[in-house]
Amino acid sequence: MTGLSELYQEVILDHNNSPRNFREIDGATQIAEGYNPLCGDRVVVYLQLDNDVIGDISFQGSGCAISKASASIMTVSLKGQTSTQAEDLFQRFHSMVTGAANRGIDPQALGKLAVFSGVREFPARVKCANLAWHALHAALDGNRETVSTEEAGSDATLADVQG
Amino acid sequence: MTTAGYTIMQTVRPDRSTRFDVDEVRRDFPILREKVYGKPLVYLDNAATSQKPQLVIETLQKYYSLENANIHRGIHFLSERATQAYEDARAKVRGFLNAAESREIIFVRGTTEGINLVAQSYGRKFIGEEDEIILSAMEHHSNIVPWQILCEQVGARLRIIPMNDDGELLIDEYERLLSDRTKLVAVTHLSNALGTINPIKQIIQIAHRGGVPVLVDGAQAVPHLKVDVRDLDCDFYAFSGHKLYGPTGVGVLYGKASLLDAMPPYQGGGDMIRSVTFEKTLYNVLPYKFEAGTPNIAGGIGLGAAIDYLSQVGLDLVTEYERELLDYATEAVSTITGVQIIGTAREKAGILSFVLEGVHAHDVGTILDQEGIAIRTGHHCAMPVMQRFGVPATARASLAFYNTREEVDALVGAIHKVKRMFSR
Repeated sequence: MTGLSELYQEVILDHNNSPRNFREIDGATQIAEGYNPLCGDRVVVYLQLDNDVIGDISFQGSGCAISKASASIMTVSLKGQTSTQAEDLFQRFHSMVTGAANRGIDPQALGKLAVFSGVREFPARVKCANLAWHALHAALDGNRETVSTEEAGSDATLADVQG
Repeated sequence: MTTAGYTIMQTVRPDRSTRFDVDEVRRDFPILREKVYGKPLVYLDNAATSQKPQLVIETLQKYYSLENANIHRGIHFLSERATQAYEDARAKVRGFLNAAESREIIFVRGTTEGINLVAQSYGRKFIGEEDEIILSAMEHHSNIVPWQILCEQVGARLRIIPMNDDGELLIDEYERLLSDRTKLVAVTHLSNALGTINPIKQIIQIAHRGGVPVLVDGAQAVPHLKVDVRDLDCDFYAFSGHKLYGPTGVGVLYGKASLLDAMPPYQGGGDMIRSVTFEKTLYNVLPYKFEAGTPNIAGGIGLGAAIDYLSQVGLDLVTEYERELLDYATEAVSTITGVQIIGTAREKAGILSFVLEGVHAHDVGTILDQEGIAIRTGHHCAMPVMQRFGVPATARASLAFYNTREEVDALVGAIHKVKRMFSR
């Protein structure tokens, strides 16, 4: 596959067109918003935590195919997981899309999330893939302020900030 | 020329300002021969920054090879030579804008610094509590945020001229916004997100009826349109060198001498003073009062070369060629099913912003990039414009006179590829 068709795999386009869990959760225990000032993409992640287990998870917002599909597949992957498992998955996902996967993380071990392995060939799009995950991380932390990709750590670089 | 063992070939050509040959001008821009992912570079991001002609590149090389010294200070040969070259560049800018005097040309880092200078110097002295500053709905963030900062400092308010669905300012609404409280109007000459050319002369005339000065953000206009600050009668005009085929890090603030004279310095430092004691400092005359510290000397000289180059090519011919190319591109892109052009003003130049149904602009940009086509995607530092049109982002192709119909065709082909990729 060429880089582009690896980036825009059919699974990603499918989740972009028909995002799963694209709704609010009434009475969510955790809510956090992710924002990418670079492109204006926004995603709000809603969580229903029952005894540290993610009973329900959903998202809303607008963004590119990569950020929307990433949020959608994230919600599908995390239902029923504990918060620790979710954070662990975030770390492995993050390593994969930033290219750190070459250092010992097997994309196939990430299940459905492996479709995002093509993102690492497109450094400008890494933040798109990570946006919903940053919001999830903030939600699990109980952080109700909007988390920006420019503050959220290692996928943000000063050179990327504009606007 | 040959000096001290250097041979610098200047690409000055005989006057060619009677006809326009795109193949000929393309040869003046070395970067246009580059390939991206093995494909010819199609550079359609000129509103972000333009490419540089050989004349500008050589001028920078010549300056650092033969003339480098600090200006306005040394009595030595090189300092005199650098000072002369820098002041020659100022005179070229004066001519380019048709300003009355060279001392009305302040070298700054770019449009952004020019606007901040006016906000902090003119604004803090002449704008106070309950006063109002009028901006337009299509301003770049750099012509919004400096005024917001000023408003917080002095207690003034912003009023915004609205626009219609084509991206044209509503002049009637503008007239209604003007009042005794209005102390300044700051508006863009050409919208970076929409391509609209505003009726800036009319906007200035209306403001002047009430004695209100007008700042024009000319960052996008100067590469495309002949600007005559005396004909416009604008009070301030700011632009950036790098969008005008010159170097980054240098720009110009034009101001009427009477206003600049009445304004306090923007920054303190060397070169902007006449005498300093610990008790009292006397400021220098214009333009040096506003040029504290060692400026971007090479940049200023390079900007002068860019102006020379543009006058060789002929700005009138550039304007005409670009208008035809924009018409061609607008026609070609708008016939693609699912494309909506954002910004359909009657008077436009250089910019084609669009959205593609069902595909986010970022995805369009990534796929075009793989075809070697450079465009900008996002909010273009004009978030209020995106909100006005109800889109999160647009894809923006922005033209220069070295772009061709073949490149527009490549853009159209790549948009079709985006559609194919997203309809799998």
